[in-house]
Amino acid sequence: MRAEPAVVIENLVKRFGSFVAVDHVSLEVARGEIFGFLGPNGAGKSTTIRILCGLLAPTSGRAVVQGFDAGSQPELVKAHIGYMSQRFSLYNDLTVEENIEFFSGVYGVAPERREDRKAYALRMAGLEGHRGVMTGLLAGGWKQRLALGCAILHEPPVIFLDEPTSGVDPVARRAFWDLIHDLSDAGQTVFVTTHHMDEAEYCHRAALMYRGRVIALGAPAELKAELKDDAATMEDVFVRLIERENAADTGHRA
Amino acid sequence: MRRTRAIARKELLHIARDPRSLIMALALPMVMLVMFGYALSLDVDQIPAVIYDQDGTAESRALWDGFRGSRYFTIVRHVDGYAQAESDLERGAALAALVIPRGFGAKLVAGERAPVQLILDGTDSNTASIALSYARGLILAHSGRVQTEWRLRSGAGEVPPPVDAQIRVAYNSELKSKNYIVPGLIAVILMIIAALLTSLAIAREWENGTMEELLSTPVRPAELVLGKLSAYFLLGAVDMVTAVLAGVVIFGVPMRGSTWLLFLSGGVFLFGALCWGLLLSAITRNQLQAYQLGLLSSFLPAFLLSGFVYAVDSMPLLPRAVSAAVPARYFVSLLKGVFLKGVGLEVLAVELGLLAVYALVVFALVTRKLREKIA
Repeated sequence: MRAEPAVVIENLVKRFGSFVAVDHVSLEVARGEIFGFLGPNGAGKSTTIRILCGLLAPTSGRAVVQGFDAGSQPELVKAHIGYMSQRFSLYNDLTVEENIEFFSGVYGVAPERREDRKAYALRMAGLEGHRGVMTGLLAGGWKQRLALGCAILHEPPVIFLDEPTSGVDPVARRAFWDLIHDLSDAGQTVFVTTHHMDEAEYCHRAALMYRGRVIALGAPAELKAELKDDAATMEDVFVRLIERENAADTGHRA
Repeated sequence: MRRTRAIARKELLHIARDPRSLIMALALPMVMLVMFGYALSLDVDQIPAVIYDQDGTAESRALWDGFRGSRYFTIVRHVDGYAQAESDLERGAALAALVIPRGFGAKLVAGERAPVQLILDGTDSNTASIALSYARGLILAHSGRVQTEWRLRSGAGEVPPPVDAQIRVAYNSELKSKNYIVPGLIAVILMIIAALLTSLAIAREWENGTMEELLSTPVRPAELVLGKLSAYFLLGAVDMVTAVLAGVVIFGVPMRGSTWLLFLSGGVFLFGALCWGLLLSAITRNQLQAYQLGLLSSFLPAFLLSGFVYAVDSMPLLPRAVSAAVPARYFVSLLKGVFLKGVGLEVLAVELGLLAVYALVVFALVTRKLREKIA
C-alpha cells in the first residue's frame, strides 16, 4: 500500500463574510501520526477541523482526508473518520450503553462486531461496571473518554479531536493523551486541536495557528531549537512566536 | 436502514425519558377533544325567553304554549312590563322576549290580523338569527292552526297548504354540530401535536451540540429525518386512534366509511405534519423559537382555514386561496367524507393526493435543509 498522507491541506481558505477564519493554510499529516493543532481561541483551528470533516465547505483550496476530497466527497470522508467536537457530544438522557449502541448504529458497525466494539469502548472509558449509568451524571473525564470511545467505534483510520481536553482536570488530561498514543500505536492518525500549549509535547508534530494562518510547524524539539533556548517550555515557544508575528504585522502596517 | 433504526430507537428513548413531552403527546389530544367537543357546540337550543302576555286570554296562552313545548326555547319567566323584559335581555338572563299585546285574542276571534312582538338579543348574531328562524317557524305553524280553525268554523272545510316541503337532511340528519366538529377536530389535534413534538427534535440536537457530531457520521439527511419521524409517527398514530375512538364512543359520531381509508389518510397527513415540525426545527436551530412557530403555524391555519368550523367555500377570496396550502383543509374534507358521508377514494382521491404531495414536498425541504453545511 502506498504511504499516502492521511491528511493533505493545500492553500485552504475559509471566509465568513469579510472575516478570514482560515488564511491559505497548507500542511500534510502522515498516517499514524499524532498531529497537534495549537493556537489561542479563535485562531481558526475548529474551522479547519470542520472543513476536514466535511461539515463546512471551504471557500477555496483543498482538504483531502484519506484520499477523499472533503469539499466534493464529504460522504466518503465521513465514512473514514471519527470526529469528537468540543462539547463531548453525547446524549445525556441516554445511558452509557445506549450512547455506545446508538453511535454503533449510525456508524454502521457490522452486527457481529458490535459486542466487541462496545466492550472496547467501555474498557477504554473505564466504564465497564457502569454501562447503565445515565451519561448526564458522568464527570468530565469519563464523559470525554466515552465520547472518544463513541467516535471510534467504527475503527476509523483518521480521528479528529476538537479541543478534547478543555474543561478536564490535569490527571484526566494526561490519561486522555495516553489513549491518543494507544490509537496512534495501532496505526490510526490523530488530528487534535488544543489551546493548552504544553500539550504540543505529546504530539509527533504540531502546527501553531494564529489569526487563521499557520505560523510555525514541526516536531516539538525542532520548534524549541528555533528559539535556541533549551530550557524553554512549549508555552514559551508559542508566546514568543506569537509576539514575533505581532511585531511583523505592525512592521508591515507602518 | 441500520442507521435509520438506530436514530428511531434513540428518539424513542428520548421520548420515554421525558415524561413531560410524553404526557403532552398522549394527554393533550384527549383534553382538546373533550374541551372542544363539548364547548364548541354550535347547536342553538333551549334559548332562554321571557313572555310578556298583556292579553291573558286562552288565545294568547295557546301561542306561548307553542314556545314552551318547543325544545328550542325555554321560558325563564313571565314578566309584566317592558322594563322587566329589557332588564332580562340586558343581564343576559333571556335572549328573547315575546310580547303579546292586549286585544290579541279578541282580534283572532274576530278574524283580524293580530300582531305580536319578538325582541331578540342580537349581540351574538348567529344565535339571534337561529332563534329568529325558530320563532318564525313556531308562529307560522300557530297561524296555520288558527287559520284551519277559522275555515272549519265557517264550514269551508280543511284546506291543506298548497306546497308541502318534504325535507331530508343527508349525512347529519339531526344537524348536530358535534358530528362535524369532532372529525374536524381530529385534524386540528393531529396537526398541533405533530408540529409541536417534532419542532424540538432537531433544534435540541443543535442546542446540545450533538448535531455536529451526527453530521460528521455517515448518516444521510433522509435517514436522520426518517429515523426521527418514525419515532414520532408512533406517538401520532396512538393519538389518531384515541381521537377516533373517543369521537365514536364518547361523542357518538357516526363512522360510515372505510376505517382503512381513514387511517391511511391519517398516516399521510401525519407524515406531512411531522415533517413540517422538523423543518421549523431545522431552520431555527432553537427549541423555543421552533416550538412557538410550530404552535402558531399549526394551530391557526388548522383551526381557521381548514374548514373545521368555518366553511372554506364561504370565505373571501384571499383566505380561501391561502387555505389551499393548508394540509389540514384536505384532511378535514377526508375526515368528514369518511365519517359522515361514508364515501371512499372515488370522491376523496384528490384530497388524499394533495396530502401526499404536501408531505413529500416538506420532506424534501427538510432533507435539503439538513444537507446544507453548518454555518
